[in-house]
Amino acid sequence: MAHPQAAQPQPASPPSVKVILTGAELARVVDRIAHQILEKTQGATNTVLFGIPTRGVPLARRLAARIGAFEGIKVPVGVLDITLYRDDLRRNAVRAIGPTEVPGDGIDGRRVILVDDVLFSGRTVRAALDALKDLGRPSSVQLAVLVDRGHRELPIRADYVGKNIPTALSESVRVTLSETDGCDEVRLLGGRVGA
Amino acid sequence: MRHLLSGADLDADTATLILDTAAEMATVAGREVKKLPALRGRTVVNLFYEDSTRTRISFEAAAKRLSADVINFSAKGSSVSKGESLKDTALTLQAMGADAVVVRHPAAGAPHRLATWVDGSVINAGDGTHEHPTQALLDAYTMRSRLGRIAGLHVAVVGDVLHSRVARSNVLLLGTLGAKVTLVGPPTLIPVDIGTALAPGTEVSYDLDAVLPTADVVMMLRVQWERMADSYFPSAREYARRYGLDGPRMRRLPDHAIVMHPGPMNRGMEITPEVADSPRSTIVEQVTNGVSVRMAVLYLLLGGMT
Amino acid sequence: MTESYLIRGARVVGGEPADLLLRDGVVAEVGRGLTAAGARVVDADGLVALPGLVDLHTHLREPGREDAETVETGSRAAALGGYTAVCAMANTSPVADTAGVVEQVWRLGREAGLVDVQPIGAVTVGLAGEQLAELGAMATSAARVRIFSDDGNCVADPRLMRRALEYVKAFDGIIAQHAEEPRLTVGAQMHEGEVATRLGLTGWPAVAEEAIIARDVLLAGHVDSRLHVCHVSTAGSVEVLRHAKARGIRVTAEVTPHHLFLTDERAESYDPVFKVNPPLRTAADVAALRQALVDGIIDVVATDHAPHALEDKECEWAYARPGMLGLETALSVLLEVVGERWDLIAERMSRAPARIAGLTEHGRDPAPGVPANLTLVDPAARRTVDPGELASRSRNTPYAGMTLPGRVVATFLRGEPTVLDGKAVK
Repeated sequence: MAHPQAAQPQPASPPSVKVILTGAELARVVDRIAHQILEKTQGATNTVLFGIPTRGVPLARRLAARIGAFEGIKVPVGVLDITLYRDDLRRNAVRAIGPTEVPGDGIDGRRVILVDDVLFSGRTVRAALDALKDLGRPSSVQLAVLVDRGHRELPIRADYVGKNIPTALSESVRVTLSETDGCDEVRLLGGRVGA
Repeated sequence: MRHLLSGADLDADTATLILDTAAEMATVAGREVKKLPALRGRTVVNLFYEDSTRTRISFEAAAKRLSADVINFSAKGSSVSKGESLKDTALTLQAMGADAVVVRHPAAGAPHRLATWVDGSVINAGDGTHEHPTQALLDAYTMRSRLGRIAGLHVAVVGDVLHSRVARSNVLLLGTLGAKVTLVGPPTLIPVDIGTALAPGTEVSYDLDAVLPTADVVMMLRVQWERMADSYFPSAREYARRYGLDGPRMRRLPDHAIVMHPGPMNRGMEITPEVADSPRSTIVEQVTNGVSVRMAVLYLLLGGMT
Repeated sequence: MTESYLIRGARVVGGEPADLLLRDGVVAEVGRGLTAAGARVVDADGLVALPGLVDLHTHLREPGREDAETVETGSRAAALGGYTAVCAMANTSPVADTAGVVEQVWRLGREAGLVDVQPIGAVTVGLAGEQLAELGAMATSAARVRIFSDDGNCVADPRLMRRALEYVKAFDGIIAQHAEEPRLTVGAQMHEGEVATRLGLTGWPAVAEEAIIARDVLLAGHVDSRLHVCHVSTAGSVEVLRHAKARGIRVTAEVTPHHLFLTDERAESYDPVFKVNPPLRTAADVAALRQALVDGIIDVVATDHAPHALEDKECEWAYARPGMLGLETALSVLLEVVGERWDLIAERMSRAPARIAGLTEHGRDPAPGVPANLTLVDPAARRTVDPGELASRSRNTPYAGMTLPGRVVATFLRGEPTVLDGKAVK
């Protein structure tokens, strides 16, 4: 979940940087989530993955690809842009709207798994649930995230977590993916040195 | 950008952002639930001093699909018809907390005046013979979705340019987006200095047949019958013969060219039914696109697009 | 016995400093080191003394629109602008088309006592352009009307115009024409040109003015009468006037300060404070008008002071009434436009208009024995125009917020101050 981090003030002095996941570790984490999905959904039948832009989309595609590699089944992948469902339109400058893509058979009666990179306040997921509601009526909705950094502001919990990272509010978690940023990595950017 | 008063308010980046946003908004129309929560709790006032059902309901649909509260304030049956001044009306809307005022007015510049009196966003939905910027945006959207681009297109705007707010806004916006515009009509209906007044490179022709073979888009403007009484042209028959678009003329166009009309049409005057109902015609699409474009404008203006 | 005033060190029409003694309504003495026991001394060091300004074209709005201006408030505005005489246009309600109405205006002017108010009579009954008003009765009334005008409307019917020009010869009258061919200006809102096209406002073509002036100078020549052309606004009109004057036709012309200074681009704000009739024109027209003023093709600067109530201006452009305030800013605008050419200013703003209007007590440079109608101007002062500070009852000045040169320090009407220290005396 990248947006709330972007809204945080930049620290005055150079932040400390700590690598949480390297590229190889990130790949293993994705593999694990793919296995957990297969296990918990009993084979990922009747399931649709929805990536939340920006980095949830390539993550969803990777999960689908790994599930396909493990079990030889094809899980449809959609894109869920939540810009118009955000609750901070009054406070933050408007964002460019991205596309929402719903796979051919829709979501009615299916299990939807929302996929995002970072789970933080929970507001993005809430907006995604609102957006999903306008697209149809899934039988159930689950949530998969690469990183859970805590500090929830809403009663929301992920079904699949790649890595739990305790953070301070002044810190930020930066996920980069080769599809969007050129390399796979998760870093923790510190607050003010000594803070 | 707080208001949308003129096509000149839009630079290429902003116009493109609006068209891109409109394309996303258009997908909502295909859904079961045609509603987005983005403007929940916001108030949009449609302030209409002229009857224009199609423009009003287009803005109303746009605002409602974004979950805004819509107040229709029409000149008929309100204090406006009792002689309340525009300024007093503005102060009333201000007191009601209107976040956006969509205004249609017979006097050119009325939205500009309104914008000096209210804190909310003012959107010009047509002011006299001046401008109608959201119409130009929906026309540009329609061209882009049919032809894939706007830059480099040759657009012929045909008819009563003098009295057309649609023409003025289109000349401005198409110029900004890199299209070449030729204005076509009898000399009496082409305003003075139009070639330089709005966008450099705008051309004027009095000969429709000469323009058609190179046009990618022909935009036919509504011609009002009353213009005959003011001697702008001798008769409807002569007008139709010289500047109306009929089947044989349409076949002079390149194969890919489209025919547009902002509506409402005078069938048989500026356009024949054969043309209006042909596959080249985008007239119905324009109406559909109007809602998406106005959703984008409302969302971006109220969201504080910078 | 009225008070005497000794003005010390004024530069008469921009000349060398001199003292002026005003006594018994006239300039008693002019010289250096004058003394006068009991006279009030006015320090005029650095100030320029001009003959009191004369406005050939003022709308005082009384009777009828006293909410916009009255004879008294307009007179005060005039005095503060350096004027000692104004000609009040006839488009009041009721119209000044009878001896009764012109005498009423004349009497109100006398009662206000701030400037000489010389009524202009209507040419046609009710300004309707159909039937001559009783021009002779107005001429022989107490108001002694000499100028007749339907200003606001054009005397468009050529036969009626010809008759009016002929008829007023009997009492040395003059027809002041508002030159606007009405069929060419139906619905017109601003100058027809690039800006009007951009703004979608109906154009007021220059030819609508020029065609009437061309017709009228030929008519005036034909019947050998006097024609005055109000508020000339286009370069083409200047050419017509140049031609007419070269042919010896008895035509005079005025230009307003705003047509010498502002252009049609002001309309881009859609603020009707810039709406006026004839409309603001192009920069090329402004340049031609300035040259014509210097050359004498245009004889007079007249304000066309046109007060309008707030509700008539705080509205849509098309619904607003045309007109601008002018009396309190005219001299400053002229200084801005032509600089400190005092003789030119005295000629165009005082002597020539007084001659045209037949106001023999006005328009005379301060000299011994001349009626003491004069104004003192500080050319070094600059002021920012604040509509709220104007003496006019209305606020529709197009110069709000502009900083302009020159300030009227004092004005004297027949030896009595109407303005002292830049403030109206009453």
